[in-house]
Amino acid sequence: MHDASTHESVFDGKRRARLDEIMKRYPTKQAALLPALWMVQEAHGWVSDQAMAEVADVLELTPAYVKGVVTFYTMYHQHPVGKYFIQVCTTTPCNICGAEGVVEAFLQHTGCGELGATSKDGRYTVVEVECLGACGFATPVLVNDDFIENVTSETVPDLLERYR
Amino acid sequence: MGYPHKPHPRETLVLSEHFGDSDARTYDGWVKRGGYRALEQALGMEPQAVIDEVKASGLRGRGGAGFPAGVKWDFMPKQKSKRHYLCCNADESEPGTFKDREIMRWTPHALIEGCAIAAHAIRAEVVYVYIRGEFTEAIAVMQQALDEAYAKGVLGRKALGSGTSIDMYIHRGAGAYICGEETALMNSIEGKRGNPRIRPPFPAAVGVFGMPTTINNVETLGSVPHIMTRGAEWYKSLSLSSPKSTGTKLMSVCGHVARPGNFEITMGFPMKDLIYDLCGGMSPGRTLKAVIPGGSSVPVLDREEAENCVLDYEGCVAAGTMLGSGGMIVFDDTADMVYQMMRIAKFYAHESCAQCTQCREGTAWTVRILQKILSGRGEMQDLDLLLDVGEMMTGKTICVLSDSCAAPVGSAVQKFRGEFEAYIKGARQPAVALV
Amino acid sequence: MADQERVTLAIDGMEITVPKGTTILEAAKQAGVLIPHYCYHPGLPVAGVCRMCLVEIEGVPKLQIGCATPAAEGQTVRVNESEQAKHARQGVLEFLLINHPLDCPICDQAGECELQNYVFQEGRARTRYSPTYPKRFNPVEDFGGDVLYVPNRCILCTRCVRFMDHVAGEHVLNVSERGDRAYIGIHPQRQLDHPWAGNVVDLCPVGSLLSKDFLHKARAWELDHTPSVCTGCSQGCNVNLDTRAHSVVRVRPRPNAEVNKYFMCDHGRQTYRAMNRGDRIEAPLVAEGGALVAADWDHTLARAAQILKGSSGTAVALVSPSASTEALYLLKAVLDGFTMTAAFRVERADGEQPLAGIAGLSLRSERAPNVAGATLLGYEESFDRALEAARQAAVVVVLDEDLDGVTSDMLKGSGNLIYLGRALPDVARSARVVLPVTNVAEEDGSFVNRDGRVQRYLQAKSGPGMARPAWWILSELLAELGRGEPLGSAAEAFEILAAKERAFDGMSYGSLGLKGVRVGNGTAAEVTA
Repeated sequence: MHDASTHESVFDGKRRARLDEIMKRYPTKQAALLPALWMVQEAHGWVSDQAMAEVADVLELTPAYVKGVVTFYTMYHQHPVGKYFIQVCTTTPCNICGAEGVVEAFLQHTGCGELGATSKDGRYTVVEVECLGACGFATPVLVNDDFIENVTSETVPDLLERYR
Repeated sequence: MGYPHKPHPRETLVLSEHFGDSDARTYDGWVKRGGYRALEQALGMEPQAVIDEVKASGLRGRGGAGFPAGVKWDFMPKQKSKRHYLCCNADESEPGTFKDREIMRWTPHALIEGCAIAAHAIRAEVVYVYIRGEFTEAIAVMQQALDEAYAKGVLGRKALGSGTSIDMYIHRGAGAYICGEETALMNSIEGKRGNPRIRPPFPAAVGVFGMPTTINNVETLGSVPHIMTRGAEWYKSLSLSSPKSTGTKLMSVCGHVARPGNFEITMGFPMKDLIYDLCGGMSPGRTLKAVIPGGSSVPVLDREEAENCVLDYEGCVAAGTMLGSGGMIVFDDTADMVYQMMRIAKFYAHESCAQCTQCREGTAWTVRILQKILSGRGEMQDLDLLLDVGEMMTGKTICVLSDSCAAPVGSAVQKFRGEFEAYIKGARQPAVALV
Repeated sequence: MADQERVTLAIDGMEITVPKGTTILEAAKQAGVLIPHYCYHPGLPVAGVCRMCLVEIEGVPKLQIGCATPAAEGQTVRVNESEQAKHARQGVLEFLLINHPLDCPICDQAGECELQNYVFQEGRARTRYSPTYPKRFNPVEDFGGDVLYVPNRCILCTRCVRFMDHVAGEHVLNVSERGDRAYIGIHPQRQLDHPWAGNVVDLCPVGSLLSKDFLHKARAWELDHTPSVCTGCSQGCNVNLDTRAHSVVRVRPRPNAEVNKYFMCDHGRQTYRAMNRGDRIEAPLVAEGGALVAADWDHTLARAAQILKGSSGTAVALVSPSASTEALYLLKAVLDGFTMTAAFRVERADGEQPLAGIAGLSLRSERAPNVAGATLLGYEESFDRALEAARQAAVVVVLDEDLDGVTSDMLKGSGNLIYLGRALPDVARSARVVLPVTNVAEEDGSFVNRDGRVQRYLQAKSGPGMARPAWWILSELLAELGRGEPLGSAAEAFEILAAKERAFDGMSYGSLGLKGVRVGNGTAAEVTA
């Protein structure tokens, strides 16, 4: 459990100024919710209940509302994840090109063992993701914000060298 | 990163002419290639004249529905009493489709230009480009291009020095296929769960923030500058079969072909030639089994149907399927249609927004039935059940996500029944353990 | 809205004319056709998500939802006469059941469950969902307040979320997650403790949101429902008293568009407890040799009449603003001839608890249902002054006032105390006669709410022992005094009152109906559902 006292505020100083700038793009404060949650995740690596409460406060929403939205969008992490969050596309087009083998290779070489689990060294979390929209470049993989195409089970070890 | 393939001589390069050419990404590079002339031209025209030109071109929505773009623009109120908005749908998430990503990565200014022309036509002062959250590279390229466009005075209070004010912002999605549905996309921009809205009211009357709104796909908007500079007649002439399908189409081809990628063809191009000629056919020793031509949401075609299908809106309907977004998933004879249908159903079950009963429960149930069959514990009646569940999921919900799950699965049960029966009869080893 | 445009359409062959803008679902109701539905509720914004109310409209290719599709001129709508619509509904029912536990035998909602009802009505006899598949599981969650959430039974109709968002105006519930993993969520730091939150239990069409207070108290089919008026405050929300045998087990809102729409507050829901109190006076009592002894009604009424006849000068009436209008009127008639001080007091809470989304609906600070009625009949909120007057009064009559804080000292002056009440406080032991009265659940009567709306309540259970409605006791006393005939019903008592009191002119129980009429407006209120 993470109690409120350990929550490091996100929207102070520069980030607050950036959020204020983003809010100008929309006629409502609520519309800045997705951008604000992205900023939270950028700062903390995930979106905690406390962070949701802070976002709610800043955008004049309620924590329950924010939570409803956070749980809708799968890219917001509701729990802490590894330093490198690895998303492997396994939807049909990639699936028929060997995506499940790529997943296996990641699980093996990261030491994560199973999907969604974080490796013991805290470095990696591997998940299957539904279509990444790069089906012609199977298998695409997202490592944090790096979008990597044409990954095969053979290229996984080399790829991981870049993320230590 | 270079573009994966050199253009094939049979392609018609309009949208993809500069794919792979990183100089085209910059403002200067774009202007050097004739960029922003179309916008300048459009800004000098009455909005209605722009709409009429696009209407005359026959351009239809490239996101999947194929609705005439000019007609959609014409739905916007003529007496402007409220703010108007344009939303560019760059939430490309339909399995098999990866064309909008390329447009944004290689020709971001083409999209900005198309958006600006459309904004002028529908008299919107604000454009939101809704890009799916996973497209990190496309977002970065688009943002850079937007910054440049502002710096060069293309956008802002006086777009290209005209009296028109156009602001354009990127709104990053966060992992939800359904936000590609236009009303869900508007909710997502508003900071809500991406739930599709019931219609009426339609977006042109009550759209984002309750204001008149038009939502267009990236490829649709990207085609607009070409129509402006080369004219509606030229665009209309790009048609090999049905006159109702005009222009070029970026076909995303993936799966079991030798050369997957985006191929720009003229409407009416034969699917057979796309697969065997442009994409280099199957791997050596393999044969074509099936094609899902419009992104995973449409009925699957067997080999014969695919080889006789003409790639335009009407041609695909005639073949019993839909052109959709033009994301072609090609299966060779090694593909396990039962397993792949389970993966497709799983995709929709994962992405269902949870509003409508049929979709929320039906997509997940479809996965379960398919897993049961794959586990070797299926019964023959499960096949009828799949079809009946699919029927109960079709045409009854707010949006078509539910239908999109039922269509490929149902068609596969009918066209590849033998594969399903093989699992049921034990002729095939179980592919999954039943959970 | 008399000149509003109207449209005529046919629903399952029934022709009906409705104002333009009416939905097909509401038009069908008026035509006597119930279109099954879950997410739709007339008191909430339309969601259109359960897809149960799909109907066939001639000339429209796809089925349309009745809850959001406006009725149009010349439309031909088919509900039960459409195989397509029936098949669609059957589909929704089957889908809703695949993850729904078949725990009706232990579910509080059984018997009044819309899922159970529609499945019995037109669902499949057998599921086609394989018994080997797991059902969605989430543990039961205490939402706080009076509400328990059983997620496994939830059909995601979102009525509760929409009520809290749009009617209560407090966004504390949400839909969390998506697809078949979705459930109704509450923020971990929040509770469902809004003063009107209990309505989500009524709104829930299945047994997913339950009242902790009512949990396992009764099966729905064992309950009788009696129209009544809430006694929790002066708002006068229309309610039903749900009784099992001789206990009121639940109070639930009864729709009245003019007063409470479809809702009532949690405070009002608790009023049933007072109706079941066990410390009741069960027989008339008369003072004999310094003690109160049980007597029959004839003897007691004769004694009361004798006291009144033998007294003259001033009389003090200390009444409860929760007494019926009929009793309040008849008490005045009984004391006619005396110089009268007639007073009540009312408990006042700090502030009001409004239901944000409904104008004019609030838990009022005046915590009694008939303050307006007492005031209209000349009673004043001057209890202390009346107590002062009681020291010298010839007669003091107490009507259902609990005399909390009143000492026997204060009432000793007259020596002639007549006490009509439900329980016997120590201070009333000095009374010369004690007349046991019934409570709101045990009699017919009427209250006047703060807006001057006269509303009837009906008897839901029998009173204890020999207790009688106050109107009956007072009318018998009037007869005993030779000033009237004994009355047979509350309706008769009301007729006499209406004939004498101008504010009630022209009203009768018939004209009041079950929705009530505003004073000075003696015509029947428009019947609204």
